[in-house]
Amino acid sequence: MQNGKDAASSLKDCFFKMTDIVKKYLLGEEYVTILKGISLEIEEGEFLSVLGPSGSGKSTLMNIIGCLDLPTSGEYILKGNVVLDLDEKELSHIRSKEIGFIFQNSQLLQRMDAMKNVELPLIYAGVRPSERHTRAEEMLCKVGLEDRMHHMPNQLSGGQQQRVAIARALVTRPSLLLADEPTGALDQTTGHQIMDLFHALNQEGHTIIMITHDVNIAKNARRVVNIIDGVMTEAEGEVTFA
Amino acid sequence: MSLMNRIMGHVYMFVESCAMAIENIMQNRLRSFLTVLGIMIGVTAVIALITTISAVSSSISSSFTSMGAGTMTLTTTGNDLKDGLDEEDMKRIIDIDHIRGLSPSVSLSCTVARENVSETSISVQGTNDTYFEVHEDLVKSGRKLNRIDTENMSRVCLINGDIVESFFYGVSPIGKTIYLNRIQFTIVGIYESDTSIASLLSGSPKILIPYTTALKMNSASLVTNATIYLDSASASKEVQPKLEELLDEIFSYEDETYKITTMESIEETMKTMMSMMSALLGGIASIALVVGGIGIMNMMLTSVTERTVEIGLKKAIGAEPGQIQMQFLIESFLLSMIGGLAGVVLGLILSAIMCHLMGTDFVISYGAIALGVGFSAAVGIIFGWSPARKASRLSPIDALRRM
Repeated sequence: MQNGKDAASSLKDCFFKMTDIVKKYLLGEEYVTILKGISLEIEEGEFLSVLGPSGSGKSTLMNIIGCLDLPTSGEYILKGNVVLDLDEKELSHIRSKEIGFIFQNSQLLQRMDAMKNVELPLIYAGVRPSERHTRAEEMLCKVGLEDRMHHMPNQLSGGQQQRVAIARALVTRPSLLLADEPTGALDQTTGHQIMDLFHALNQEGHTIIMITHDVNIAKNARRVVNIIDGVMTEAEGEVTFA
Repeated sequence: MSLMNRIMGHVYMFVESCAMAIENIMQNRLRSFLTVLGIMIGVTAVIALITTISAVSSSISSSFTSMGAGTMTLTTTGNDLKDGLDEEDMKRIIDIDHIRGLSPSVSLSCTVARENVSETSISVQGTNDTYFEVHEDLVKSGRKLNRIDTENMSRVCLINGDIVESFFYGVSPIGKTIYLNRIQFTIVGIYESDTSIASLLSGSPKILIPYTTALKMNSASLVTNATIYLDSASASKEVQPKLEELLDEIFSYEDETYKITTMESIEETMKTMMSMMSALLGGIASIALVVGGIGIMNMMLTSVTERTVEIGLKKAIGAEPGQIQMQFLIESFLLSMIGGLAGVVLGLILSAIMCHLMGTDFVISYGAIALGVGFSAAVGIIFGWSPARKASRLSPIDALRRM
């Protein structure tokens, strides 16, 4: 009885914990194991890089962290939610409330201006229009795009587009920023600027998980884990702060 | 989140979905237009057909009520002893309650001659004074037939405009003589052809003479056709059984000796025919609606495939499957409704033109409009359902993998 209560309260307090995550895909007639028992614990406010070559399973891991996909087995707790127990609708609520995605190619909707793109997550969260505007405006200012709010994506540079994507990820005030190769499509200088923005956000207390194949980018994080062939190892001491 | 907030959240979402749907429709203007065209043609056809048919049928039934209501047509074949009605029988019929009068109708086909002009096969009808009493405006000039004419088998006649034109061009015919089957008649009046449905059905005569005279010319003594006039349109139900009873007695209770036709029964038949026609044509036209619906489904399926990445992204940033489904459903609904409303307008214009060409009054049929709008709404939802569901079920990872 006592133990059960403890377990429940510890579950509620748990921010991010993955235990023995396995993901298998059916490829033709055979199952291929992409993730071979990954365990990972993250504290609130951390800045973590997941470093791995392509084909290592890091994208699959990102999908599972981002609640876009469910693992074959294992346990995943995010903000006190047992992710494996959730149905599709509840998963979409978790994505809406707890996770801010930043994709490689920024993935803005081309038909909408920067402002509307940032507002989009709030639309699905059912936030009232006036509040939506204020919050989107605030986020665009934060990423330094106060003078580009009503530009269409094709009128923005790659770096500016990625800033819009970051603003969009931040606007729902998520617990976790999840970035997949955020500088992958950018030149080095712009990439550095984006990393500076990540640092600033982390300083403010945002938890960030960044997935990358680039050691130099990974080094920006305070903690780096390697993933190779579906197995995760902590990269102690190897990386220094930028 | 409180209930109120959640409801408002859905409202904001709905408004936003409508805006996005309109944007998507406008984005592919040509494709949307072509898709909408299918529904538009279907609704136009349904509205035009139904409205036109209902206008025609209401104009027919109003002409029935203005011309034919309160009359019955009696045709007798009689039995071996007696094939028609004599004077006494007709008097007994008139004595029935609610019967105002009776006019016999004895048809002849005559060769009409005057001086050196002659024409064959002219339709001549024997009738009586009652006919003129009922059709008050019949006589244009001269006098009506009266009781004395029928009692005396007078050789007098009234002619219509056609006869005046053929035989009396530039001459006043009244008082002149004319030969019907070589028998001399005096013209006492000119009448205007009766336009009632009853006389149109029997072929309207060009010359009217006393029925007694007509019977004699036919070498007959009994009346086999007559029109019975009632004192009110609603009396026919009451009168009919009494009339049948009397006729049964007159014809010794033999079967099938007479036939009574009421205007109501003809009108009823016409109405049934019209509504069957309307249903049939409407049904054919609604095939076009189904084809239009398939067009919408096709466009929506294409749209879902094209927007896979967009759908995946929206799901990644927190869109519920239901919200995605709603958005696509609104889009197909709007497409279909645009087509439907355009079809209603076009259909009404078309049926107004058709009514004008046919010379009937154009009446807007609200039922047809409701049918058109309802049909297109249903088509939008039914044919949009499966593509919308497909979109909502797209896996966000599969969708995002394409980026």
